[in-house]
Formats: sequence, C-alpha cells, structure tokens
Amino acid sequence: MAIADVQEYTHLTDDEVEQLGRELDAIRAEVEESRGAADAAYINRIIKLQRGLAAAGRVTLMAGTQSRRTRKAALATGATLLGVAKILENMEIGHNVMHGQWDWMNDPEIHSSNWEWDTAQPAEQWKHSHNYVHHQFTNVLGHDNDIGYGILRMAREQKWHPANLGQPVYNALLAGLFQWGVALHDLDLEAIRKGRKDPKEMKRQLRQIARKGRNQILKDYVVYPALSGPQWKSTLKANATANLARNLWSYMIIFCGHFPDGALHFTEEELEDETRAEWYLRQMLGSANFEGGTALHILSGSLGFQIEHHLFPDLPSNRYPEIAVKVRALCEKYDIPYTTGPLHRQYGQALRTIMKLSLPNGMTGSDQPEPPSPSVDRSRKTDAERPVRRKELGGWSRGSSREAS
Amino acid sequence: MATGTISWQKVREAGSKLTTPLHPDDYLRLVNPLWSARELRGRVEEVIPETEDAATLVIRPGWGWRYDHRPGQYVGIGVQVEGRFQWRSYSVSSPPRRRGRTISITVRAMPEGKLSAHLVNGLAPGTIVRLALPEGDFVLPDPPPARMLFLVGGSGITPVMAMLRTLDRRGSMPDVVLHYSSPTPERMIFRDELAALEERHPRLAVHRLHTDTDGMLEMGKLDAICPDWRDRDTWACGPGPMLDAIHEHFEEAGLEDRLHLERFSLELGGDGGEGGTVTFRNSGKSVDVDGATTVLEAGEQAGVGMPYGCRMGICHTCTLTLVSGRVRDLRNGDEYDQPNEQVQTCVTAAVGDCTLDI
Repeated sequence: MAIADVQEYTHLTDDEVEQLGRELDAIRAEVEESRGAADAAYINRIIKLQRGLAAAGRVTLMAGTQSRRTRKAALATGATLLGVAKILENMEIGHNVMHGQWDWMNDPEIHSSNWEWDTAQPAEQWKHSHNYVHHQFTNVLGHDNDIGYGILRMAREQKWHPANLGQPVYNALLAGLFQWGVALHDLDLEAIRKGRKDPKEMKRQLRQIARKGRNQILKDYVVYPALSGPQWKSTLKANATANLARNLWSYMIIFCGHFPDGALHFTEEELEDETRAEWYLRQMLGSANFEGGTALHILSGSLGFQIEHHLFPDLPSNRYPEIAVKVRALCEKYDIPYTTGPLHRQYGQALRTIMKLSLPNGMTGSDQPEPPSPSVDRSRKTDAERPVRRKELGGWSRGSSREAS
Repeated sequence: MATGTISWQKVREAGSKLTTPLHPDDYLRLVNPLWSARELRGRVEEVIPETEDAATLVIRPGWGWRYDHRPGQYVGIGVQVEGRFQWRSYSVSSPPRRRGRTISITVRAMPEGKLSAHLVNGLAPGTIVRLALPEGDFVLPDPPPARMLFLVGGSGITPVMAMLRTLDRRGSMPDVVLHYSSPTPERMIFRDELAALEERHPRLAVHRLHTDTDGMLEMGKLDAICPDWRDRDTWACGPGPMLDAIHEHFEEAGLEDRLHLERFSLELGGDGGEGGTVTFRNSGKSVDVDGATTVLEAGEQAGVGMPYGCRMGICHTCTLTLVSGRVRDLRNGDEYDQPNEQVQTCVTAAVGDCTLDI
C-alpha cells in the first residue's frame, strides 16, 4: 500500500502524481531563483522589530514609577510587548531560521547552523525532532512524535487506554507549559520508559536541556525581577504572563497545523517506496492551513500556510502567500483537498478531536476522513528503525562531541 | 588599555545573562551597527576614485578590530549583493596605525568580477560590510632590509603601497626599487602619490611600464632595470603569468629564498586528494567527487547551503567540523583526519570518504 492508495488520491494515476511533483518542483525552483534583497530586508526588519519590542518591554517593566495607576499600565504594556516579542522570536524568526529558510543569505548571524532561540528546548534537539522526524514522517503514526506530543491520543488508530480519560487536563497542561513540553520532545519519553534509550545520549540531552532551561529561568524569574528592585514581584508576574501567552499561542497555532478535520494520518506501510512526488502528496494531505491577515500570519510564524511550509520547509516564509496561490490552483487542477478555514474553526476542530479521543472509539463518531487502515498498536520508532531520510529536508544535528568520545 | 578591554568584555558577559540566548551586541547594534563584536563589521566612510576602474574604500571598523595589521596583509570583506553576502579579499592599502580609526582597501573592478564592480561603482558611503581580520605573509619585515625590490603589476600595487606608506610615515625609506606595470598611464593606481613619494625620498626609484604600448616586463631586462637585484629582497605581486615568469627567473638564479610572492587568485591542485563520497551529516546529502573538487564545491553540488567567504582559504567563513574521514589542504598537502577537526572547506578536498557536520 502506498500513499497513492489513500482514498483522496486514488483518482490520480502514477503519471499524474509524478506530474504534480514536477509542478511543485518548478514552484520551488522559481522561488529559489528569485530570492533577493527584498527577502533579506524582510527578515532583517522582523528581527529588528522583535528585538526592539523585547528591549522596550524589558525597559518598561524595570522603569520605576511612583503612582500605582501608572505602574499598572506600565506592567500591562511591558508584558504585552514582551509577549509579542517572544511570540515573534519563536515563530517567525526562530522556527524559520532553524529550518534554513535564510541560509541562502550567507549571513553567519542568521543561519540555521548556529541559531539559538528564546525557549527552553536546545536548538540542536529541535532540529532533530522537528526538521527531521516531524517533517519527514509528517502524520505517520508511530513515526511522527508531533501526533499528540507523546501525551495526547490524537488519532483513532492509536489504541485507547483508560489514562486517555485525562486528556482534557493533559491538554490544558501542555498548552500552558508548552515550551517545557517541547523541551522534552526530542528526549523521547516513550523510549526512555521502554528502556530503549541510549543512556549516554539521554544524559547528554538532559544536560543540554538543563543548561538552556536554567538560563531561560534565570533571565525571566531572577535577573530581571532583581533589577526591578522593589517592583520585583510585578516584573516577575509580567514575565510569567508573557511566557504563558507565548506558550498558549504557539500551542494553539501548532495544533492547527495537522489536527483540523481533513488532515489525514498515515501508516508505516504507506511510506514504503515513497517517491518524492508521493512525499509531496502526503505533506499536502496531512497538513491544514488557516486564514487571516498579514499580522496574524507573521505572529504565527507563517504556519497558517502549513501546507506550503510542509511542501517547502526551507523556502523563506515571506514567500508562502504567493506560493499558496499556486499550490491551491494545483489542488484544484488535480482535484485534491486543500484544508483551510478560519483560525477559530481550525483550532475548534483540533480541540474537539482531543476531547473525543479521550474516550474509546466506540463511544464517539469520527470527524476525520475515513482512516486509511484499521486500528493497531503503533509504538514509536527510533532513528534506526526509520527509513532512510529524505534528502530535501532541512538540517539536524546530534552533538559533535559524541563521535569524539 | 588592556584592563579596560577585559572589564568591558566582562560587562558584556554579564549582560548576556539578560539577553540569553542572544548577546548584548545583538541589541546594541540596533542603536549603532558598529557596536557589535559578534561578527567584525565596518562602515564605508568614503569611496575615493583612483582610476576609471579602481577605487579606495575607507572603512571604519567596529568593535573587535585591532589596528595592528602588518603592512602588506589583506582583509576579507563581505558585502550584501542582492540579499546575499559575497566575500572577497583585498590588500589593506593604509599603513597600520594603532590609534587609527579607519582602514582603506583599494579595489579594481574586474571585467568578470561581479563583486569588485559593485564595490567600485555601487557602494554608497554608510554601507555596513562584514570584515575578516588581516592575514597574509606578504609583509614588510621589521626592521626592513636595507635594499628592497618590488615587482608589481596592476592592483598588485596595493599591498606594496601599504609598505611604502609605512616606510614613508616612519621616515626611514631604505634603498627601494619599484617596478610597476600597468596597461596605460591612466590605469596606474596611486600614480600621483607615487610621484610625490619619489620626490620626497631620493632612495626610492620607480620604474613605470605601460604594457599596452611597451609590452610585458621581460625578465631578461631586469638586469637593466635593477642591476643589483640579486642582492635585494624582492616582493612580487600581480597577475598570474607575470608571477610565474618572475618565479621561474628567480629559481634559475637560485634565489627563490629572497623572493616573496603574492597571488591574487588561489592556486589549487598539485597534489590533490583521492576523492570519495562526501557526506553532509545534518542534511543527509552526499556526493561522489574527485580529488580536485573542494569540499565546498562538493557541498554546493549536493545542494547543501554551505557557508562560504573568500573561497581562497583566508576568511575562515567556510570552516566546518570534519566528523570522520580525511581531507587534504590543496595549498600545501597538509592532511586533517582527527574526529571533529575544524577544516576550511574551500581549500580542502576529500581523501577517501568523509563526513562533515552540516
């Protein structure tokens, strides 16, 4: 069984699938050739804006004011500026830079190989769990750890367990503590539980997370409050608010990428002998977009164009709107679904799935298109068990110190 | 001075607790682009036309720059052209000044050189460029030898100019003979300044040759130009064929040791690698290459977004970690095969299969 056997695609012949792949390749080539000064100016502008917002937020929070009323206003303003800065940094800047979207600029300060982002997960681990595992095995059960982040049951094909009854609670916790959930993502808790994790590698990763997390906590909860003097408490609260807002926002945006109704899950069998064109197909069918204005798209790291992002993870995000027009036209031409909708509806559908799947399948009906295969227990795979990686994906690394020791 | 620098460094380190995972410099450069020592940078203060196709760029370097280059060394300069940083190396033409505020490089536009044309004609004062620290062995010894000979062609004059200006500034011009070839008098860079130097220093003799009318310098005529050339230390810089002829001439005379050569372009090859499969670990890409292909070119062939700079082994922008395998430096045959060794991809080639961390 291959991707082309999925119901949505059965009307396409092999030749048509390959033709679609060629048309997508042509879109990529066109963007690659036309990258230039305007694109470079875009990312530099966003970075400048983000750093300006962050600095303004910090200064506002530390500045001493006498009256209680102005202090309150300063607090709200500072927390908002800082929250927006953190969101921009994680989404439109960090996520996209680490995908290698801006490597073509040959700018050593904006390069996927050395960018470190303002969140608890070390960049190196993210590049493995996200760039490689998630982007290559998008929505493949047992391979893509983004399906429920190892915490939630997000597909009907996943076996139900009484512990899933707690999903509404786990979900709320995951949303609020999202950066810490992401921080542990590449550790692969399931592998650790099953005793399949290399203890040396686990220790190395834990140390890396501890170091990064410590700096993040020190900054927001010790150093800046200390610098605020008598107002330390309110600065601490404002910083916590900004972090929480960023966590909730990124959680919501990310859950809109692959869990609205219409985004399919796949099985390992469908990966077999997958061609590049079939990989493109799986990305299109496994992802979902949401609609909105320019500001919304920038704040969500252009992940409202999730389909385009999954087709071309390393093309500059500011080009996704124009790519989307072409991809949508291709979907119409080949009669392939293009899942999109307003943000609230997309998230609402994801949330409904989370709630429903806390119960056994027999008690709920499916909102998803027909599942491609019957329910089986699919435990997570290690890199060694995964097929050879696809060459068109962005970078990832596994610590240069390991081979030396 | 030194303690001031150290404490400033400590202030920045302490500041990084506030700006983690960024550096304080990442914020300071929003106020002034030169206030960053993360990457060396400079601002173009002035563009002075020298000839129709050459200009001197006066650059004010930012933090982290030490004005202690040796006269004759070159620097790397990275300029954003159509959104992409392009790197080249140019000799510093200004003399080193410890309390200096600017450095200058002189650039000649090459007919096929996209970047040099951009530098000469298109760079507006105020432009921020990236810089790489001065390097190179083509330098004036300290103290200078009593008798010197310079054989230069075209923009090969720039490193020599830095040496002459240094000698002039110190007021201790030794016995110097300068032979300077240029296609026409108009294309002779620094011709007015050289005339002024010649007037000021009786011990400096300048021979001018205009190759469009007089043809290239024939080494047989060296005895006429500078009869005691065998007794002098010689510095030669210019186009490849000219340097080849000079090298051969000195070799025949058994005087190689007294000749200092600087080539504009990188000469690779000679004893190449054996070639093999070069694997780029992070992207999982790999490519089979022969022993003459640099690791950088191999990566570009495989479609990896390789960092690169000068492409001639100067600026170290292209340096990557060699995870396993062996590479050979095409310039001198040195081999690198330690795990996790840093290698310059633009001047090394694979000796068998190897893997790089990118």
